[in-house]
Amino acid sequence: MSLARMEVYEQEFRNLEDSLRRLRLDANAKAVFLIDRNGQHIAAAGDTDQFDSTSLASLTAGNVAATDGLAKLIGEREFSVLFHEGQRDHIHISIVARRAILLVIFDERSSLGLVRLRVKRASTEMDRVFEQMDQKAEMGVQGEAEPSPFSEITDEDIDALFSE
Amino acid sequence: MTFINYAAREINCKIVYYGPGLGGKTTNLQYIYNKTAPERKGKMISLATEADRTLFFDFLPLDLGTIRGFNTRFHLYTVPGQVFYDASRKLILKGVDGVVFVADSQPERMEANVESIRNLELNLRDHGFDLVTMPLALQFNKRDISGAVPSDEMYRMLNYKREPTFEAVATDGLGVFDTLKSVAKQVLVELRRK
Repeated sequence: MSLARMEVYEQEFRNLEDSLRRLRLDANAKAVFLIDRNGQHIAAAGDTDQFDSTSLASLTAGNVAATDGLAKLIGEREFSVLFHEGQRDHIHISIVARRAILLVIFDERSSLGLVRLRVKRASTEMDRVFEQMDQKAEMGVQGEAEPSPFSEITDEDIDALFSE
Repeated sequence: MTFINYAAREINCKIVYYGPGLGGKTTNLQYIYNKTAPERKGKMISLATEADRTLFFDFLPLDLGTIRGFNTRFHLYTVPGQVFYDASRKLILKGVDGVVFVADSQPERMEANVESIRNLELNLRDHGFDLVTMPLALQFNKRDISGAVPSDEMYRMLNYKREPTFEAVATDGLGVFDTLKSVAKQVLVELRRK
């Protein structure tokens, strides 16, 4: 995994989505989101339309980053699980493969115990997918064996983005 | 850290607006938000104090359109400029792809500008980044105030590596989009290089 970028290919993306869908059903959650620790939305499952996923990703990453800062202040490496309890909806946040954040939104149809249990299993699955992503990144292999589309970006392509 | 999703054909990049307190970082984002078509922007989030000072960050997602079939998104963040918020400021730099440094043109803020550049350099280093290689645009904001320090003098004090530099009046939008375009272009050129 390079410091400069994170790349998700077709196969790994589908695998992550499958894990999220299973987690959502098994935990009886409203929606589940996978977010990069820098605040980028990676994938989601469930009733995602009712949430602003971009804002959710950014605020969740900020929340985790701030909590990490707190952990270090008291000599902990990290707080690996965060839980926010609302009147109707609750949020369970956990770290996956040290670089991603799993966010589960649930209500009275589920419980914290059930969510924690199912998150544990899903995290193990997703750890494996991230390992595959690392291996591909190390080998420089892309899932579709296509050349990097970015090596051929021209100045005109970039200018066109700003032409409006 | 640029995030490339080959399955969804998306590129996501993170730009951070840095600089001393009350320099106009949030105003830059507010202007961009106000002047961007609704389909090209997400919700702007400001985590601010009751006195409207940035407490943690402002966030604005922008959709720039497609490049080589990939939807290109830029996430713009500001940091809290006040000196004592350094821990929060450092957190926002995590995974940054490009920086806009918003300097205040008031003579009495020159020391704060210089201190903030030094702080940026150190905080980037803590994340394993080097300001020398980081895409960077320098903005001299508040050019409309009387007694503004001349641009060439500010350049001598604040220029780090001959980065593109822009005069701005963020409240009126002068220089705001030029600054953003400059840093966004540098980020995309960097993407090509890697």
